Amino acid sequence: MSSPTLPPSESFKFSMLLSDTRYRGMSLQVITFIIFMAVFFWLVDNTIKNLALLDKDVSFNFLWLRAGYDINQRLIPYTSDSTHGMAALVGILNTLLVAFVGCIIATVLGLFVGILRLSKNWIVAKLMSAYIEGFRNVPVLLWIVMVFALLTEFTPAPRAFKGAEPEATMLFFESVAITNRGTYFPAPVLAEGAYWLLLCFGLSIVASIYFIRYANKQKKDTGKSLPKFWISVAVIIFPTLILFFAMGQPVSLEYPYLKGFNFKDGIHLRNSFLALTLALAFYTSAFIAEIVRAGIMAVSKGQSEAAASLGLRPNKIMSLIILPQALRIIVPPLISNYLNLTKNSSLAIAVGYMDVRGTLGGITLNQTGRELESMLLLMGFYLAVSLSISSFINYFNRSFQIVVR
Amino acid sequence: MTKIAFVRKKEIPPSAPPITEVGLIGWFRQNLFSSWLNSILTVLSVYFIVIILWDFIPWAYGGHWNTKSLRECLDLDPDVACFSVLTARWKQLLFGLYPAEEYWRPTLTFIFLLLAIVPILFPKFFRFFWFSIIYPGLAVWLLWGGSFWSISIVYIGLTLGALFFLTLIRQYLKNYIIAAVLAFLFTTVFFLFISNPLVGLLNVILPISLPFVESLKMGGFTLSLIVGVTGIVASFPIGILLALGRQSNLPVIKMICVGFIEFIRGVPLITLLFVASVLLNYFLPPGTNFDIVLRVVIMVTLFSAAYMAEVIRGGLAGLPLGQHEASASLGLTYWQSQRLIIMPQALKISIPGIVNTFIGLFKDTTLVSIISLRDPVGLASTIRADQKWNGIYWELYVAIGLMFFIFCWGMSQYSQYLERKLKTDK
Repeated sequence: MSSPTLPPSESFKFSMLLSDTRYRGMSLQVITFIIFMAVFFWLVDNTIKNLALLDKDVSFNFLWLRAGYDINQRLIPYTSDSTHGMAALVGILNTLLVAFVGCIIATVLGLFVGILRLSKNWIVAKLMSAYIEGFRNVPVLLWIVMVFALLTEFTPAPRAFKGAEPEATMLFFESVAITNRGTYFPAPVLAEGAYWLLLCFGLSIVASIYFIRYANKQKKDTGKSLPKFWISVAVIIFPTLILFFAMGQPVSLEYPYLKGFNFKDGIHLRNSFLALTLALAFYTSAFIAEIVRAGIMAVSKGQSEAAASLGLRPNKIMSLIILPQALRIIVPPLISNYLNLTKNSSLAIAVGYMDVRGTLGGITLNQTGRELESMLLLMGFYLAVSLSISSFINYFNRSFQIVVR
Repeated sequence: MTKIAFVRKKEIPPSAPPITEVGLIGWFRQNLFSSWLNSILTVLSVYFIVIILWDFIPWAYGGHWNTKSLRECLDLDPDVACFSVLTARWKQLLFGLYPAEEYWRPTLTFIFLLLAIVPILFPKFFRFFWFSIIYPGLAVWLLWGGSFWSISIVYIGLTLGALFFLTLIRQYLKNYIIAAVLAFLFTTVFFLFISNPLVGLLNVILPISLPFVESLKMGGFTLSLIVGVTGIVASFPIGILLALGRQSNLPVIKMICVGFIEFIRGVPLITLLFVASVLLNYFLPPGTNFDIVLRVVIMVTLFSAAYMAEVIRGGLAGLPLGQHEASASLGLTYWQSQRLIIMPQALKISIPGIVNTFIGLFKDTTLVSIISLRDPVGLASTIRADQKWNGIYWELYVAIGLMFFIFCWGMSQYSQYLERKLKTDK
């Protein structure tokens, strides 16, 4: 019987810091950290020296000074007497507006194109892949300036709508005017009692949500399915519609009309906004279409065959089997495309749309000469948006991904 | 006795399928008119294609190529394209403000570029890889000019350093890290003290030089290609390192990599370019002012390296854990297992994403027009500001868009070819 021998006692040698895997990681990290901090302090030191040379300080007080410039597209009250901070806020809201509208249009278009690209119809599939390749392989900046050129050069001037026999006419029963100064839509006007209408509308939506829950429960308990879609549509539309006529039509439309050389009233969407939003939406929709296609194709064929052999009908297979699995693949890249659209909206400067880069990172920066502070705030804004979105993606991934081990 | 049954002795030949199922008609029925919804879609698509072509073909086909100004075009025929702007300005679109007598230099650089990427794209020609290695120096020398030796000294120094390292390993030392540190010191000493006198000497003995061209003269597609190709080549290795760093279990390295990637991916490229053009002077020692094109290239590289890192991380995450464990159990070190087992598979999975990042980078080179460098899109507005071509749109945009389309589409086609070639599970 042999007695277990103790391993030879090790003495720590300096060379083990590099050669022993137990210590190497630690020493590598210490070295990296020292280099990183050294570079960081070098940059900060340089900045301090440079600022001292230019006789500047770091201060965000300029945000409370009078801006002195106008912003033609704004969602909140703003005049040239407002502060730079207000101008930045107007810019932020403009960025978010483009991002929001652009994402909706891009999703709808992308879904449409992506599904049609999988169509068995040869010519439709080819047409859709031409759309996708065309938008994906040409820079978005070029698309933005092209759509802008299309909107400003090939639409009639407001004065073309004038006279007994005008060269141009308004669309949709004299309600929408597309001109080279922008597009005019009818604006809703809320009279007295309109808020009751909004309240009723809100309540009907809540009611329809409860109804869908009830229908789902009914389905689980008894196996009977109610016509969910039609009933909830009816619940949403009819009460509001009845109230609308009962109260004597409290909401009316204010149509744009020609006065002098320009249109008055209605909602005015400037060409810069339209060009930016549409170009970004078209461009992003091509990417979304590819994501949708990849997501649907990633669900293995066995899934739909198995569902069919259980006796499910094609539309049920799509909604119960394919889509839930495809969505798991589609949603994360879809959201990161929304993020790309938001970041690409900083190209607004190419068409003169005043987004946050145009106000805070453009005119304010030039007027006050505070490059460092403006760029810090600007980057902070974009970082906040994208970090909150990417944390949502991570949350989604954690809660919906199949756990392997 | 009468026959009670008929027994066929010969097999009848199979009859032809109905003509509605095969040939052109069958194809049409299956692919275009399989249901009434499909028929409607087909008719709508054909109608759409016809109206587009109906307008586009006469416009493009009858276009003028040889007029002096847009006015002249409109006087001749206002309904067709005025490609004369391309005839007049194509040199500018390709070369920017590059001196006209030196146009051969960017042209040659471009031809060499095509030659240099062949060994990388097609393994059949891998024996010409040495040309891909000397190409970057050659391109810099051809484009910017100056003394031939001041570029080649970089190659000489690096080669000497590598030789020094190899000799140390083969003959004197076992430890790679110490050898690498020594070789690094050797190379630094070479560049600090020896290279300048050596360049001076070589310039006296054998003066080879080209006229110097400053960066602000670069423009057009030359600029797009400079920024795009350098960014693509440099961002790939940086992206791999960042992805490995992000997967690493050393917390400090992981944190630095995550911070870098998330920061870069969180801000638009435009703001980074603005940092390059406006703020970078704050961060560097007072009085430094280095080349604007180089600054832009660095920013674009860092930008796409962060995206590349995320794409490669996706590929790494897609590998089964067993691969890591199996290579560890074979006794491979971290770098060996990365090089031989993990990376080849992870990169193969992420080819589509990597190429998409490359395409995105190449398209993003147009953003430099916003910090007033003269890339094709920026030049388009310069040309339109000219009185002679004021009001021209489509001819320029179509030409520029087509150029970008060819490059980007070519890249995506190559990636599909590569995917097919590397596919192991048939």
